[in-house]
Amino acid sequence: MSMIEFHDVQKYYGDYHALRNINLTIDAGETVVLIGPSGSGKSTLIRTINGLERIEEGQLIVNGQDLANKKTDMNRIRKNVGMVFQHFNLYANKTILENIMLAPRIVLKKDEAANKKLAMDLLDRVGLADQASKMPAQLSGGQQQRIAIARSLAMEPKALLFDEPTSALDPEMIDDVLNVMKDIARDSSMTMLVVTHEMGFAREVANRVIFMADGQILEDDSKETFFDGQPSNERARQFLGKIITHS
Amino acid sequence: MINIFQNYGADLLLGLGNTLLCSVIALFFSLIIGSMFAIFETTPIKALRIIARIYIEVFRNIPLLVITMFFYVVIPLMVAKIDGFTAGTIGLTIYTSAFIAETVRSGINSVESGQMEGARANGMTFWQAMRYIILPQAFRYVIPPLGNQFINLVKNSSVLAFVAGFDLMYQGNVIASNSLQTINTYMAVGVLYLVITMPLSYYMRHLEKKLA
Repeated sequence: MSMIEFHDVQKYYGDYHALRNINLTIDAGETVVLIGPSGSGKSTLIRTINGLERIEEGQLIVNGQDLANKKTDMNRIRKNVGMVFQHFNLYANKTILENIMLAPRIVLKKDEAANKKLAMDLLDRVGLADQASKMPAQLSGGQQQRIAIARSLAMEPKALLFDEPTSALDPEMIDDVLNVMKDIARDSSMTMLVVTHEMGFAREVANRVIFMADGQILEDDSKETFFDGQPSNERARQFLGKIITHS
Repeated sequence: MINIFQNYGADLLLGLGNTLLCSVIALFFSLIIGSMFAIFETTPIKALRIIARIYIEVFRNIPLLVITMFFYVVIPLMVAKIDGFTAGTIGLTIYTSAFIAETVRSGINSVESGQMEGARANGMTFWQAMRYIILPQAFRYVIPPLGNQFINLVKNSSVLAFVAGFDLMYQGNVIASNSLQTINTYMAVGVLYLVITMPLSYYMRHLEKKLA
């Protein structure tokens, strides 16, 4: 069953054509890694999936609802599709525990005891149960990102979007975050779309790797084809060569 | 000056009471109305942004006295009779709320945009994100400029004197013309304004330190 479907999607910023003829289907439970040079449109693409960016043309169906339709309730989509940002975006005025519990309480109207239990379980899962009463600013970047992942999981979403989740982190923090993400990816029910250049992560848990440049999808391969064979697209081959020699 | 307090103490106290009452009412409502228009200005809904823009530009750029006179003279002619105190308090509320709207809007804008995105992506509506995440952070930023607005509001309440609002300034005018002790009277009035504004000023400074 498909979770996310793009059909001939176009996106413009004024005259700038940010997404060109995007056609893409992601099945429920798949883990897809999206790579490409900066300015290639990969962040724009994943931000359209939860309606943070609107599309101008085409059809975008997420969890059975068409986002191109103005009547579609974005809040309903976002209940089912979580997002993890490059800069974490934890609520600066709330404790760690409140960061996780707030949306389930006010959006899902979840029972307080069950909410707290899930929040504590998630904190445990990301290895930060002892930080529950701190404020976000007291945590390191890597810790904040793990909390941000826990916050998304607390909504019990069907899909999770990751927009360069480790790009703003110190190198020694990256593994802790990636390990949490791998753990989620191995849970076969979660659909994950990850913008990242962490090829180790892609090799280990991705089902597919997509390469974008200039707002287009140039390559959409299984992990095996992408890493062990050769991408058919010349630019994808060059890009892959560069990031692999650097990592 | 002491003899002014001795001879006209009750009149001055009445004025002080009315000034305080007018200030508290105007402060309460202008904070609500101002915050509402500040939120309107930052919504994704264009119509609300335009309404807010017009309100703020109009009432920020007309003298307080003109707004007050409008309510004192025009409204009784066309709608209902209202007294000077009411007209003055309404005028002051509308005028001050335009400034508070601008202040609160700048506070909302200084909250990092990632906070709103994080909240929306987390499933919250725009209004939920405003209420739980953005406004609590915005108000921390705007406490110093809001303090200035509150102090201005107290001083601006002297506009009531023009519309027979029986405030401190109005009472001062009456006492000055009856007693012919102009200098002493206005000094007493000034002191009584300080009695309201100085504690307010100190409290705001304290709050600023506490939240910084």
